[in-house]
Amino acid sequence: MENSELLIKERELVIPGQTLARGLEYLPSSGTFRSDQEIKAKVLGLVRVKERFVSIVPLAGVYVPKPGDGVIGLVKDMQTTLWILDINSPYDAILLLGEAVDEYVDLNKTDISMFYDIGDVIYAKVLNVSKSKQVQLTMNDYRARKLIGGRILKITPSKVPRLIGREGSMIELIKGETKCQIIVGQNGVVWLKGENESLATRAILMVESESHTVGLTDRISELLGKKGE
Amino acid sequence: MTKVGKPERMIIGGKRLDGRELEHFRAISIEIGNLKKAAGSAVFKFGDTYAQTAVFGPQEMHPKHLQNPEKSFIKCRYAMAPFSSTERIRPGRTRRATEISKVIKEAFSDVIFLEDYPKTSIDIYIEILQADASTRCAGLNAASLALVDAGIPMKNLVSSCSVGKVDGKIVLDVGGLEDNYGEVDMAVATVADEDKFILLQMDGIVTKQELSKMLDLARKGCSQIFEMQKNALKEKYKIGEGDEQDE
Repeated sequence: MENSELLIKERELVIPGQTLARGLEYLPSSGTFRSDQEIKAKVLGLVRVKERFVSIVPLAGVYVPKPGDGVIGLVKDMQTTLWILDINSPYDAILLLGEAVDEYVDLNKTDISMFYDIGDVIYAKVLNVSKSKQVQLTMNDYRARKLIGGRILKITPSKVPRLIGREGSMIELIKGETKCQIIVGQNGVVWLKGENESLATRAILMVESESHTVGLTDRISELLGKKGE
Repeated sequence: MTKVGKPERMIIGGKRLDGRELEHFRAISIEIGNLKKAAGSAVFKFGDTYAQTAVFGPQEMHPKHLQNPEKSFIKCRYAMAPFSSTERIRPGRTRRATEISKVIKEAFSDVIFLEDYPKTSIDIYIEILQADASTRCAGLNAASLALVDAGIPMKNLVSSCSVGKVDGKIVLDVGGLEDNYGEVDMAVATVADEDKFILLQMDGIVTKQELSKMLDLARKGCSQIFEMQKNALKEKYKIGEGDEQDE
């Protein structure tokens, strides 16, 4: 279509209701909606344009589970054959015994708390999310495991990609400088354990609060470098 | 603060009691994200009217029987602090607070994408810390910013202002004594600067001509409020110059 035009620049800050593009050439992606000929913003965030798709990376908001996401969850309840986990989302997730354990379990003889108990923290993969937002997890993934010790941090879920950085650059920087093991869940829960946990915590919280600013990587390495000596 | 009686005239030489022109707002100030524990928060002040809002959610809906499997549920609570006025306001539910909570909730259910978060609730708390007329307008403006701060998907912001009739003249942003002794007080909310009204409440009697004049003024006022809300949001999340390409 000839009269399609983009009204914003890449990475521009937009507010809900702002018109991003006009005409049918562009298509609304996450964080945007179409109203007649126009594509408008749903949430506050930074615009991203990929070919014909206009989307927004939000600066706030809750985590909505998607199949394939790796999440960190806290076991909050247990039934005969399943666990219920709090995954920092409006929706609780369930982990079925069959998705959690490979071996045969005789339920007459075993209490499933020997695998995971209430209060345990688990890194698991989202297997499936039904339309009514029933979330199922699986441990059938090479990264999935129980997390023992360490500490838990919560950040805004939409800022997780920023914390990981391009091809893991940011998280590798923090891991390397603080000699910590760090696992970041797509749900905004971060688990860390190691020598210098408090420094890593400070770096992660700095990424969270300054995620929309420029030159963040330099400031993070400065923070880590200074304290490391 | 002592109670002031009715002044003889409230508009003298085209100026109002506080020295404003007929179509001017009181001093407006906006602060976004001032509460750390809430998902989103904002303060909106019209002169001496202070509204503090906080937004929680979307979160799991309780009681569960009110969960809607297709969309989110808005819980809205408007309340005036006991110390907000010249006389103590009895805390707790009153007829007035329940009504205002309800109309604000209905205004927001038109702009929030409720179907994005089925089975959840979005909680909006509006506390009036100091009341000097137009409290529901200040509350709506603040709540709209708090919702944006919480990252809740919306069609547009909500902007609100009051118009009234004082001494036979149509005025914008009714304040203080004008509310107590003026003839008409009307609260209006629009979807940003669009020509869509989502809240309109009026006390008093007006003619048809006066009403359409008042609506025109309210429209103008709301678009001014919208500009201020927009600027406050952009100010809060200013981005430095240059272009960074981290993914």
